[in-house]
Amino acid sequence: MIEVTDLYKEFNGVPVLKGISTTFEKGKTNMIIGQSGSGKTVFLKCLLGLHKPDSGIISFDGRKHTELDIKSHRQLRQEIGMVFQGGALYDSLTVEENIMFPLKMFADQSVSEMLDRVNFVLKRVNLTDSNKKFPAELSGGMQKRVSIARAIVMNPKYLFCDEPNSGLDPNTATVIDNLIQEITQEYQIITIINSHDMNSVMEIGEKIVFLKNGVKAWEGSNKDIFKTENEAIVNFVYSSNLFKKVREAYLNETK
Amino acid sequence: MNYIEHVGKYFLMLKQVFKKPQKWSVFKEMLFREIEDLGLKSLGIIAFISFFVGGVVAIQTALNVDSPFIPKYLIGFATKRSMILEFAPTFMCVILAGKVGSYISSSIGTMRVTEQIDALEVMGINSLNYLVLPKIIATLFFYPLLILLAMFLGIYGGYVAGTLTDLFYSEDYIYGIQLDFKPYFVQYALIKTLVFAFVIATIPAYHGYYVKGGSLEVGRASTQAVVWTSVVIILLNYFLTQMLLG
Repeated sequence: MIEVTDLYKEFNGVPVLKGISTTFEKGKTNMIIGQSGSGKTVFLKCLLGLHKPDSGIISFDGRKHTELDIKSHRQLRQEIGMVFQGGALYDSLTVEENIMFPLKMFADQSVSEMLDRVNFVLKRVNLTDSNKKFPAELSGGMQKRVSIARAIVMNPKYLFCDEPNSGLDPNTATVIDNLIQEITQEYQIITIINSHDMNSVMEIGEKIVFLKNGVKAWEGSNKDIFKTENEAIVNFVYSSNLFKKVREAYLNETK
Repeated sequence: MNYIEHVGKYFLMLKQVFKKPQKWSVFKEMLFREIEDLGLKSLGIIAFISFFVGGVVAIQTALNVDSPFIPKYLIGFATKRSMILEFAPTFMCVILAGKVGSYISSSIGTMRVTEQIDALEVMGINSLNYLVLPKIIATLFFYPLLILLAMFLGIYGGYVAGTLTDLFYSEDYIYGIQLDFKPYFVQYALIKTLVFAFVIATIPAYHGYYVKGGSLEVGRASTQAVVWTSVVIILLNYFLTQMLLG
């Protein structure tokens, strides 16, 4: 379990996170949602250790992230997989080399063992026959798949995704969402997704943390969203007419 | 941020760079790649420029030595001294600061803005050590060889220019380049090259690594990197000359 207690972070005197506390559980697809500028990317980067919080505690299965020395911190990071918004694939490396990179750095395996593992994860993300291609030769969806494959190649305990389906068409976005959810359940990992795509939230958000102006304004599951009367989340989620109608239909059905 | 803060941040960066590589096999692979990118791929331009610079120095010296009392072998002597003392180590390193400096700064800067450096950090990799140390070792190892080649080609360029233009006899030129040869001057040039190589690898890396924003900022960082690397090379050249020859 990842536990966050009273997390504060400010930049040049401007508070961005104002005392956030929450927990993220194993085997669940956790989502952080909120408007642009609500602090969700900073929150995710604090969880990853890319930003140092000003105060507060982040604990990964009892290990306090904020109190670890550099060596233990690096050790913990090897248990983390990350899918970046733009993929963050290394341009000069092929798909195969990109995925093999963490193995080369941290696993004591022969080249054939590493290749087997690479092929296994590529098959898992339904991307075969692309081993020798460079990232620039792939579509957005394929790059996201490679990024997911690289994130899971080391069997991580924690998977972080920063807007994994931004810039993708609805079909591909759904495929990526389902893939992340399947991987989360299959490997029983803690997955945290930063998103403002409401389709993803309603589809796979087993636990949702809603941030507004750096404060946790609401938390619950995708099912709870239909029932909640919390003004902040209702205004955010049902800002589109389509979702308003869906909610009305749901509420009428359950009356 | 003022200049002192930048200098402080630069030295803090170096502290992170000079750590033991996390995996020697990966470091070795990166080192060979950097030797190719930063060294071998600069061979052509350095050979071309040094050959023609040597030729121009010889021609200009010959055209300015019009007194019958000044022996013609001084053309070879002057070309040799200029190439060894200044043109090869300093002029070529300024050229390399432009070519290699912009490459280092823009490649690391692009990795920064496309989150590739964040991806390394998230994996638990010391990104500065992984990206910058192989560049430093590659330049320190390869640039002295490159500068030795530049010295040779510059002097040879002078010889070719003289024989093609008939401004001096080749025997005079060969006698001039052998006259009063001081090996210490080559050592001095190589010491300067090592210092400049370090500067060429680290200042652009600093500008690229700490870039914030998008492609426009990467371009700006690249320009700043070239300017500052050249300025630092010129300043260090002055101090090193004073220290080693003064």
